[in-house]
Amino acid sequence: MKIAVCIKRVPDMDVRFKIAPSGTAVDETGLKFDISDFDGYAVEAALQIKEKLNAGEVVVISLGGDVVQETLRKAMSMGADRAVQLKADGTHVDSFAIASALAAELKDGGYDLIMFGRMSIDTAHGVTGAIVAELLGLPCVNAISKLEFDGRTAKMRRELEGAYELVECALPAVVTIDEGIARPRYPSLKGIMAAKKKPLESKPAQLPAARLSLDALALPPERAAGRIIGEGTAAVPELVRLLKEEAKVL
Amino acid sequence: MSELLHPRDLQFLLYELLDVEALTARPRFAEQSREIYDAVLETARAVAEEHYFPNRKRNDQEEPQIVDGVVVTQSDLKPAYAATAEAGIIASTHDAERGGLQLPHTIAGAAIAWLEAANIGSASYPMLTAGASNLIAAFGSEAQKAKWLPPMLDGRFGGTMALTEPDAGSALADLRTTAYPNPDGTYRIEGTKIWISAGEHQLTENIVHLVLARIAGAPAGTKGISLFIVPKRRYADDGVLGASNEIVLGGLIHKMGWRGTTSTLLNFGERGHCLGELVGEPHHGLAYMFHMMNEARIGVGRAATAMSYAAYRYALEYTRTRKQGRLPAEKDPTKPPVAIIEHADIRRMLLIAKCAAEGSLALVLACARLVDDEQTAATEAERAEAHLLLEFLTPIAKSWPSIYGQEGISNALQCMGGYGYAREYDIEQLYRDNRLNQIHEGTNGIQALDLLGRKVMQQQGAAVGAFMRRIEAAVAEATAAGLTDLAQSLGEAAAQMVTVTKSLGREMQADPTRGLANASVYMELVSRVVFAWLWTRQATVGTRALAHGASGDERAFYEGKVAAARFYARFELPKNGPDAALLLRNDPAALEFKDAWF
Repeated sequence: MKIAVCIKRVPDMDVRFKIAPSGTAVDETGLKFDISDFDGYAVEAALQIKEKLNAGEVVVISLGGDVVQETLRKAMSMGADRAVQLKADGTHVDSFAIASALAAELKDGGYDLIMFGRMSIDTAHGVTGAIVAELLGLPCVNAISKLEFDGRTAKMRRELEGAYELVECALPAVVTIDEGIARPRYPSLKGIMAAKKKPLESKPAQLPAARLSLDALALPPERAAGRIIGEGTAAVPELVRLLKEEAKVL
Repeated sequence: MSELLHPRDLQFLLYELLDVEALTARPRFAEQSREIYDAVLETARAVAEEHYFPNRKRNDQEEPQIVDGVVVTQSDLKPAYAATAEAGIIASTHDAERGGLQLPHTIAGAAIAWLEAANIGSASYPMLTAGASNLIAAFGSEAQKAKWLPPMLDGRFGGTMALTEPDAGSALADLRTTAYPNPDGTYRIEGTKIWISAGEHQLTENIVHLVLARIAGAPAGTKGISLFIVPKRRYADDGVLGASNEIVLGGLIHKMGWRGTTSTLLNFGERGHCLGELVGEPHHGLAYMFHMMNEARIGVGRAATAMSYAAYRYALEYTRTRKQGRLPAEKDPTKPPVAIIEHADIRRMLLIAKCAAEGSLALVLACARLVDDEQTAATEAERAEAHLLLEFLTPIAKSWPSIYGQEGISNALQCMGGYGYAREYDIEQLYRDNRLNQIHEGTNGIQALDLLGRKVMQQQGAAVGAFMRRIEAAVAEATAAGLTDLAQSLGEAAAQMVTVTKSLGREMQADPTRGLANASVYMELVSRVVFAWLWTRQATVGTRALAHGASGDERAFYEGKVAAARFYARFELPKNGPDAALLLRNDPAALEFKDAWF
């Protein structure tokens, strides 16, 4: 089975972000970048499929400047066979344009399965996979937590509120991956050494003109300091008053 | 969780201070790159955070026990060991042709430090296997390497080193375990070993003990000691695991810290059925073992470093978030309290912890870099110089992070007040765990004798000469960078060290017992100079980076390095003054104090 996994390089989210002087981007100084969480699950799921079938190829694809090569290299050190960088400098926010560039690359690749994370953890649009499927005329199943195959049929599970649904579709198909599917492995030292010798192809991204622009970024307002209004039951009337009159939640 | 190590500092030490990238120009590391090294460290961090850190406290609370004759360790240990082997960390420095990664010791050391900062009681198991496997790789026959290394490197077999006996601890010359030759070339091993870390457990299919023993009829003293591979279970050349090799667990020792690591008393061949393989030549065992001991001693320093580093980062995070009191100049009690890091005395304590932790990491990584140079530098002269300096620095790398680092942990603990002393927090465990590092792999007293009695005196003080060449270079670099105050204090401290060394050298020639009486004080004095050297170098590198326009967080990082170097030079290094005076008169107060007076 030939599998493509589209991955995005995102900053570590456990930090306090600063906005760059341009006002339309995050200040990247000191930030650590990695594969977006859900994309990491997708890479792991793809590797497990290949290992289970003991055959096939896993190709990782990312769109961005040369910095994404590090992200692709990490996916290869986890076990992906080769990588493609769709070279596009600068920040790209139009999911349709990104999906178009990805679809152009994927179209004649002969992939049986195209995988995405269900959304990126930075911008969280969650639409790129679905647009790629539409552009390629392939079935698409979003946010799957389990994936098995019966011949050329993919059988999937999607988590719902208090329930789940089972879905199947014919291959080739596009799927986006939820977190329950597999915990991503960290690269072994052997994998890291091997990744350096695996092929990483860089080619210009065929990006159409963007129809969406990012005009401004803003941080949420600082939260006001907490207030201690008293102790025990004596404080309850004042608390109720404040919840009614100030917070207006009662 | 707080950071176990500071990744930016690791980058600084590896690439800016020690120029590890330059190693990739050497044939052994030619296929490697900084990207590879960064990825290796990321994996080590992931293994540490996923498999080691979450079990640190549990590992302390659930000590190994003997249940129905079998040692039971806490359940998270086995997956951690397997994950470490699978990640390739045990095999990291071994030759590629033996299934290793052929990484520099500097990178492997930094990687292992992550595990040790996370949970030393668990990390010791794979590290002991790595040490034992390195010894077989260095001195084993080709057949022994082919037989024993693959299962050790892939995580199926553990490893230990078995030196100490109930009546032969620091004095190995007195050991009595005996090896009787068999007609087939194997040896029958009989004897008792104690304090064998990881000597018994169920984490691996087998345990490979590297045992020091005396071949029957061998000369007395250290010259009659040989080294043997003695597995827990017999293991045939064809790779089939056989029956028990009659190594009986005599008991577990219950320690103050490092509680997750089994500490065992082992009886070998009580009924004459324990077989061992000789490693290398007969009677050369101690020399072989010291190959591993030197590595192990730097490893002890690295473990001490990792623990003090974790304690420092823990206290740093705490003091930045804990709000108590107002600054002395603030008289308004309605003003909100400040984070305690605002208080000067808290910062003083944090600085002690920082100087100890970051200085120790610089030292143990510098030693690892010297191991790489000793093995792979281009010329014989460079390799010899690295060897000389490494010999000199090893007893310091073993001992000073355990002493100064303990002071660092103590100050980190103090920053947290009562919470630091509470078992609900992590620091008290680090304090207990680190205390062992002053004791094992040769007590710090033994290290002091090794430094003054052997390393300093051999080859007419050649090692001190090698160290002084580094000092002179550091002084010149610091002066060029405009750090004249640091250059001056380093130069003066080093000159004082040379004066003291010469004086003690004369005492040693007249009477070694008298000359060595204050060896521990001497080692402290030299250690402070070594740290002053490394802190001055860090300040120099930091100053250069600042001059190149570092900004934002980067600027703060480098400014922190320069300011910490100054704190060290002004608060810590001056302690050498009274020590030097004591050593110049070679104060006999302890030597002449009679037993009956106690």
